[in-house]
Amino acid sequence: MRVSMEINGRPYEGDVEPRTLLSDFIRHGAGLHGTHVGCEHGVCGACTVQLDGEPVRSCLMLAVQANGRSLRTVESLAPPEGLHPIQAAFQETHALQCGFCTPGFLMTIEAFLRERPHPTETEIREALAGNLCRCTGYKAIIEAVELAAERLRRS
Amino acid sequence: MKPAPFVYDAPRELDELLALLAREDEDVKVLAGGQSLVPLLNFRLARPDRLVDLNGVASLAFLRVDDGVLRIGALARHADLERSPDVAAGWPLIAEAVRHVGHPQIRARGTVCGSVAHADPAAELPVALCALDARFHVRSARGSRVLTSDELFLGFLTTSLEPDELLVEIEVPAMPDGSGSGFAEHARTHGDFAVGGAAAVVTPGGARLALLGAGPVPARFDGSVEELPDAAVAGLSFTGADAGWRRALLRELARRALERAAA
Repeated sequence: MRVSMEINGRPYEGDVEPRTLLSDFIRHGAGLHGTHVGCEHGVCGACTVQLDGEPVRSCLMLAVQANGRSLRTVESLAPPEGLHPIQAAFQETHALQCGFCTPGFLMTIEAFLRERPHPTETEIREALAGNLCRCTGYKAIIEAVELAAERLRRS
Repeated sequence: MKPAPFVYDAPRELDELLALLAREDEDVKVLAGGQSLVPLLNFRLARPDRLVDLNGVASLAFLRVDDGVLRIGALARHADLERSPDVAAGWPLIAEAVRHVGHPQIRARGTVCGSVAHADPAAELPVALCALDARFHVRSARGSRVLTSDELFLGFLTTSLEPDELLVEIEVPAMPDGSGSGFAEHARTHGDFAVGGAAAVVTPGGARLALLGAGPVPARFDGSVEELPDAAVAGLSFTGADAGWRRALLRELARRALERAAA
C-alpha cells in the first residue's frame, strides 16, 4: 500500500505491506535511524515518536495508520548547531550511558514538558514509567528533566 | 518480530465496517488503539486474516455529555478522558482510574471501548465502569443491543460480544446527588499491570464497590461503607502461597477507595 506522511516537517512516501510497523517504516522506509526499536511489543518505550504532537509507541502502530499524519522523531529536536535543552540536560547530568533508550525518553519528555512545564518529581516519575533504561538508572534522567524544565521555563 | 500477513481495511462508515465484520469465511479483527492487539500481532499470538481499522470512522470519535449521561464512543482514547473537563467534573472516578492506565504513550492511542472489549482482568476502566453502572452499546449488521457489565464480561479476555459485533459506545449514568467516588490500586510500577484495585461509589443510600484482581472479571459488591471491605473479600477464593496477601491487599484497597468516596 502507498503511504505518505510528514516526518519532522518533510514529506516521506513509500510502498509498504499493511503489516509493516511504523517503527520499521521510520527506520527502513524513511531512513531515520534515530528511532530505536527495543522490545517491539510496547513495553520498553525506546521507539517513542510523536504523532501529531502526542507521544506514541511506533512499534504499536502500522505504517498505513500514519498515512497523511504528521510525525516527529528525535532527529527534529536539535537545532542545526548544538543541542535541544533536554538533550543538553541529559548530557550534563549523565542521564545516558549506552544511549539506546535515549531517543524514546527525549520524545516522551519533550511532549510531557510542553503539557506540564512545572512538573513535580512524582509527575516526572509517572511520565517516564513507560520508558525503560537498563544501564544509566533513572535518577540522573529525572534530574535531567528537572534541569531541562527549569531552562525551558526561563527561555 | 513482525505480524503475519493480513488484509487491511480502513472503512469510513460504520455500516461498511459492520459488513466487513460479518464476513464468516475469515477471521476478522477490529483494530482501534492497537495497544493490546498489535503486541499480539507482533508475537503472532493473533493471526487474523483481515484487520478492520476503526480509526477512519469519524462518527465513532466522540466523548460527550447528553442530558447528564456520559457517552464514550468507540474511538475515544484514554487521553481524551484524562483531559476532559466534563469527565473530571461529573465522573471523577473515571478521571482517577484512567490515570492508572498504562503510560502516556499508551493512553494517547489506546481506546476505552477497546480496553473494555479486550477484557483484560488487570484493566482499570472495566472496574470503574462496573462501579458506575455503565451500559455497553453493541452494534452489528444484524442489529443492536445494550449490555450491563455482568452481561458483557464473561471471563479472562472473554466477553459476550459476537465476532460480528462492535462495542460502539459506553453510556455512563450521572452520579446520584450527594454521592462520591474513589479509586485505589497497587502496581509494582505506576502504569504496570495492577495486582489489585478498587473502585467505589458511595451514595446517600449505600455503597458500590468493584474490585480488580479478585478474579477474571470485575467483581461487584453492594453494601455499606463499613461492611464492604470485609464482606467483599470474604467471598473471594484465592489459592496459592500469596492468597492471604492478596486478600489483605484487596481489603485495604477497598477500604481506601470507599473512604475516599465517603469523604
